[in-house]
Amino acid sequence: MEMIQAALGWLPMWLQVLMMIVLKIVVILIPLMLSVAYLTYAERKVIGYIQVRIGPNRVGPIGLLQPIADAVKLIFKEIIVPAGSDKLLFLLAPILAMAPALAAWAVVPFQPGMVLADVNAGLLYILALTSMGVYGIIIAGWASNSKYAFIGAIRSAAQVVSYEIAMGFALVGVLVAAGSLNLGQIVLAQSGSILHWFWLPLLPLMVVYFISGVAETNRAPFDLAEGESEIVAGFHVEYSGTPFAVFFLAEYANMILIATLSAVLFLGGWLSPFQGIPGLAEGALGAPSMLWLFIKVAFFLFLFLWFRATFPRYRYDQVMRLGWKVFIPITIVWLLVVAGMVVGELPPWFA
Amino acid sequence: MLENYLPILVFLVIGALVGAVFLIAGFTFGPRRPDAQKLSPYECGFEAFEDSRMKFDVRYYLVAILFIIFDLEIAFLFPWAVALKEIGMFGFLAMALFLGILVIGFVYEWKKGALQWE
Repeated sequence: MEMIQAALGWLPMWLQVLMMIVLKIVVILIPLMLSVAYLTYAERKVIGYIQVRIGPNRVGPIGLLQPIADAVKLIFKEIIVPAGSDKLLFLLAPILAMAPALAAWAVVPFQPGMVLADVNAGLLYILALTSMGVYGIIIAGWASNSKYAFIGAIRSAAQVVSYEIAMGFALVGVLVAAGSLNLGQIVLAQSGSILHWFWLPLLPLMVVYFISGVAETNRAPFDLAEGESEIVAGFHVEYSGTPFAVFFLAEYANMILIATLSAVLFLGGWLSPFQGIPGLAEGALGAPSMLWLFIKVAFFLFLFLWFRATFPRYRYDQVMRLGWKVFIPITIVWLLVVAGMVVGELPPWFA
Repeated sequence: MLENYLPILVFLVIGALVGAVFLIAGFTFGPRRPDAQKLSPYECGFEAFEDSRMKFDVRYYLVAILFIIFDLEIAFLFPWAVALKEIGMFGFLAMALFLGILVIGFVYEWKKGALQWE
């Protein structure tokens, strides 16, 4: 860090600060983009094995170069801008889907003290940015001048908006338990042992949060926005080439984001599961580390893929019923329970 | 304090740039041979009929309106949640009352069938 700072010493002060920020962002972005690429590969492999197939295995050893081949192919495809579409909005929509999916990573803590922007309103910022994603979808659907795209877009908007309420209540529950909006503080509030993590006192909220996250990212079994058997591909039916690729990347980046947030908010983020166990906690196993976070994220990502391979698609009225009539009552009740636990200083979590 | 938010601003700009770079790459390397058939909106082989910006179900509006109410409620809950440890029992009861009023509204919507999609 200091070495790079020294190397930039000849630049004016504001430019130095800016360069350092850009550098840190690149350090976050490159592993993120690689994870996105290999998540698509993992998805095809995992679903393949669940369906007793092999999955991609032609490009490179055991198909490992598949995502790169896909990316190269998409770059060399023609971009079709349909007649009658709003050209500016049509091309702006994928960017609007991508920017919040990436920018939300600014406040995610990877390790103690390792976060790009250590802001106190972290959780609020996350809530704001995850809701921004819907603009990309609805603008894409409206600008395409296609009925399938339009129907997909309004469906998706109504669905995302419905699940956001349950998601918001679940976040408020975490806030009550942690007493801070700062994601790093939220992780620290869970330290102690695996039983101190919020998954135990907030179990219903964790389940609601993760399922809402699946609905929010328009993933199976809530992928009505692109239900291919009825509305072909939904909001991105008219997209081809790289604009399509950008939507695709944004969806997968959002999946990783939701998985990371679930790990940070409910499974103790970077904390070690061996913390607080005599005999194991003293060594490297008990130390907080980025690796623990990655293991937890991988677990949630696997759930995403497992859901897709297992569950049939919901019908639209079922999706809305689940969001409004099941999740919102559960979260409101559990919010009061959590608040009661905090006010009553229930041990071991809130004493 | 505020300078903590600068990286976020920079990240938003870079996030948009990443998207833009992809689009520019596509326009640079991809072929460009448009024709009338290719550019017509997809409609399962039909000539497109009617305008695609068509009428849609009013319930989507209803969902949006209900969403605004509940989202505002969540916005009200945020500061309460952060300060709950300091305000203690009084804060808890006050918010229970507030949530109670909203639950009455929620039950009303439910009974009126605003959440019903047959």
